[in-house]
Amino acid sequence: MADPGPLIEPHIPALRRYAFALLRDRDRADDLVQDTLERALSRWLLRRADGDVRAWLFTILRNLHVSRWRSDRRRGSAVELDEATVGVAARQEAALEVHDVLAALDQLPEEQKSLLLLVGVEDFSYDDAARILGMPIGTVMSRLSRARQRLRSLVETGRVTLLRRVK
Amino acid sequence: MTSDGPIVEDDLQAYVDGRLTDARRAEVEAYLAHNADVRERVELDIRQRNALRGQLEAKFAEPVPPRLWLATIRAARRGTMIWRLKAVAASLLIFTVGAGAGWFAAHRETLAPPATAGVAQNASAAYRTYVVEVAHPVEVAATQEAHLLQWLSRRLGKPLAAPDLTPFGYKLMGGRLLPGNDSAAAQLMYDDASGKRLTLYVRAAQGGETAFRFNRDGDAATFAWIDQGFGFAVTAPVTREELLPIAEAVYRKFN
Repeated sequence: MADPGPLIEPHIPALRRYAFALLRDRDRADDLVQDTLERALSRWLLRRADGDVRAWLFTILRNLHVSRWRSDRRRGSAVELDEATVGVAARQEAALEVHDVLAALDQLPEEQKSLLLLVGVEDFSYDDAARILGMPIGTVMSRLSRARQRLRSLVETGRVTLLRRVK
Repeated sequence: MTSDGPIVEDDLQAYVDGRLTDARRAEVEAYLAHNADVRERVELDIRQRNALRGQLEAKFAEPVPPRLWLATIRAARRGTMIWRLKAVAASLLIFTVGAGAGWFAAHRETLAPPATAGVAQNASAAYRTYVVEVAHPVEVAATQEAHLLQWLSRRLGKPLAAPDLTPFGYKLMGGRLLPGNDSAAAQLMYDDASGKRLTLYVRAAQGGETAFRFNRDGDAATFAWIDQGFGFAVTAPVTREELLPIAEAVYRKFN
């Protein structure tokens, strides 16, 4: 069996970028990437041999993130997470506007956030993004449109910080 | 999206992402020139898309920290597997004090890579010996499958199941017990409609790696791997590409 290393390694910087955008916490993001890589190595033989390695890795990362986020919520540690980001949002209050898209992204549901990142930053095709997120391919464009609309309204009205505080 | 027709929301999204054909993009641009509201909105989307990319650019450019190097992750995995093997050994020691010392001596070399090669070699030797056998290809036939598996499992010290390979056209013929390295080995034999024979060989083996190793001996191709203290080998007179999905199915069955 070919060594998976050369096929996986080139994607690590992009996996770190996606994880960081999802979590906005350096260490937790790298924890997520580490878990993703461990899983990828242990499941390497089970992946579809003709599949796209990059999309496969992003799917693993996203699934790990979603299941972890759900279990975090059950344990109630999401409160801690919110408090941690209030500080960041408050500091950015002055420099809000368009440049604070990453902070604004935090206000979106995970699926919209992921869709914007996979399409807009990671340059996945609409079809691949749909597959990674497990959504019907025919619904990607309308979901993308809704996500952008939501992001626009948040940034336009500068409610990023406000919403964060109220939450 | 790339055909003619009125400009729709999907076109605007694809315009933001720069994914339209040149022709369609020109049409969208012509449309935006006459619809200031929409243009403003689309331009904001583009600015936000670029801003997001820009904010994350530094993260992408950062050097990957050592803990995320695959070499580090692999070494940690190997460590965990060795630890697990040792835990198994320790629990076996409680029951078989005499054999315990030998186990540790034998497993000190856990990291030595060619354990798979040994399994592949044994498997293809057994394959050569028994696939040509006309009168007695198997010791116990598939008609007595339950008995066969129970017997082989006991001698092997591992619950052995016969993977269902009918999706690949192979039917279980039966199996036999063989001498392994220090212990017993089991060989299950399958054949397809054309009489082509495939064997699955299993014996205790050192090592914690699970990578597939391919080996060709004459017309017999073998994929061998080590998993949880046992070596597995699937051998058949087929190409590497034909054999790989079968080996993966077997791996999944036992993993």
